[in-house]
Amino acid sequence: MTRDDVTAVLIDELGRIAPEIDATGIDPDADLREELDIDSMDFLNLVAALHERLDLDIPEIDYPNLATLGHAVDYLAQRLGAAA
Amino acid sequence: MPSLGADMEAGTLVEWLKRPGDHVKRGDVVAVVETQKGAIEVDIFEDGVIERWLVEPGTTVPVGTPLALIGDGEPAAAVPAPEAAAPAAAAERAAPPAPVQQPPVPALEPEPPARRPRASPAARRLAAEQRIALDELTGSGPDGAIVRSDVERAAAGVAQRSTAPKRLDLGEMRRAIAAAMARSKREIPHYYLSTTIDLTRALAWLEGANATRPPAQRLLLAALLLKAVARALGQAPEFNGFFTTEGFQPGAGIHVGTAIAIRGGGLVAPAIHETEKLSLDELMVRLRDLVARARSGALRSSELSDPTITVTNLGERGVETVFGVIYPPQVALVGFGAPVQRPWAAGGEIAVRRVLTATLAADHRASDGHRGALFLADIDRRLQNPEAL
Repeated sequence: MTRDDVTAVLIDELGRIAPEIDATGIDPDADLREELDIDSMDFLNLVAALHERLDLDIPEIDYPNLATLGHAVDYLAQRLGAAA
Repeated sequence: MPSLGADMEAGTLVEWLKRPGDHVKRGDVVAVVETQKGAIEVDIFEDGVIERWLVEPGTTVPVGTPLALIGDGEPAAAVPAPEAAAPAAAAERAAPPAPVQQPPVPALEPEPPARRPRASPAARRLAAEQRIALDELTGSGPDGAIVRSDVERAAAGVAQRSTAPKRLDLGEMRRAIAAAMARSKREIPHYYLSTTIDLTRALAWLEGANATRPPAQRLLLAALLLKAVARALGQAPEFNGFFTTEGFQPGAGIHVGTAIAIRGGGLVAPAIHETEKLSLDELMVRLRDLVARARSGALRSSELSDPTITVTNLGERGVETVFGVIYPPQVALVGFGAPVQRPWAAGGEIAVRRVLTATLAADHRASDGHRGALFLADIDRRLQNPEAL
């Protein structure tokens, strides 16, 4: 899975949680919780969806790595690369 | 027509989901009504057989209007309830609907997260204007996203169906909140208490529990807070119930209303029935389901009419302290701020601990500050012992 694939999955899942926003226009450095107005239940649903789609366990202790779109892509790509 | 909020005067019957002759059990969803809080499923509060409808779809009727005649299934009993049973039946109708029977909850297999439909902003705006539910449309855009033309096609179809469910109308919801909150500030003599709770133990326990769970089975702090409030209410009944013209009426159960923010504005605080009896896992399953349904406009009538207290977790948004406004006719609201790191004195030393501010807004007609202080202290004590929640 390439970095672009990871980005696409993440944007797709963010779009499901916050359907009214244009997920392709998210600032990669902005705090996702604030930018998308997502709460802890939304965030948990996001992590559960990523777990299912990427077959990747994301421990709670790693949640800070998902704070922005840019960091989340870096983190997921690195974790998937390491797993491969 | 059930009352689904302090200021609801009327509702419109959208559709019947059962037919005359059908057997119904307490908790079955029998109809959909349109209210200020969106399309609400009406669940029935007695067992029986539907004899006939008294209200046709598309009709708006005042709260309290009988919608259907429920009999015991005997052909001869086509008349309303027998005389001897009439007072009891009337009393039951006047009372708030009884708690629904909940479907069995899987302990360790939460339902998958609810999917919200993908849609372009233009489609979303048009759908809101035309009161079309996006999750009922099939998208023709990229990846199945709903685009404006999909909504236009649906709007043309809906124009011919005068009783189409409208789902959430944020303008109506805002008016409902305005009316309820104005009444609250006009009628309820609020008093406010605040305490700071050391959450170190609760958060450490939560992190330990979640470390071995896949994401779909993890617990949120909100579940612990709700459970602690529900348990504490068992010892503090004067905060659990309603203030009516007869004075304070204790709630028949502990049905904690959970404030859920709606994307785009507004909020709703539906009940989690018998919160104190649910395990934390069951509570999470219910909370997840409730948040998804609140945001898609698919709550049940008993969830809106039954809350006996409200809990709000505005800490989600980073604020430290909530000064609550009670939702009438309830008599209390518990607010939780964000967990924050603070220097904290414990055992004669200063350490950095994670703490949270818990507040109580309570109705002085139903309780006094002394009892309120004991109630908050009990919530604190229960959060120091999270494994017992």
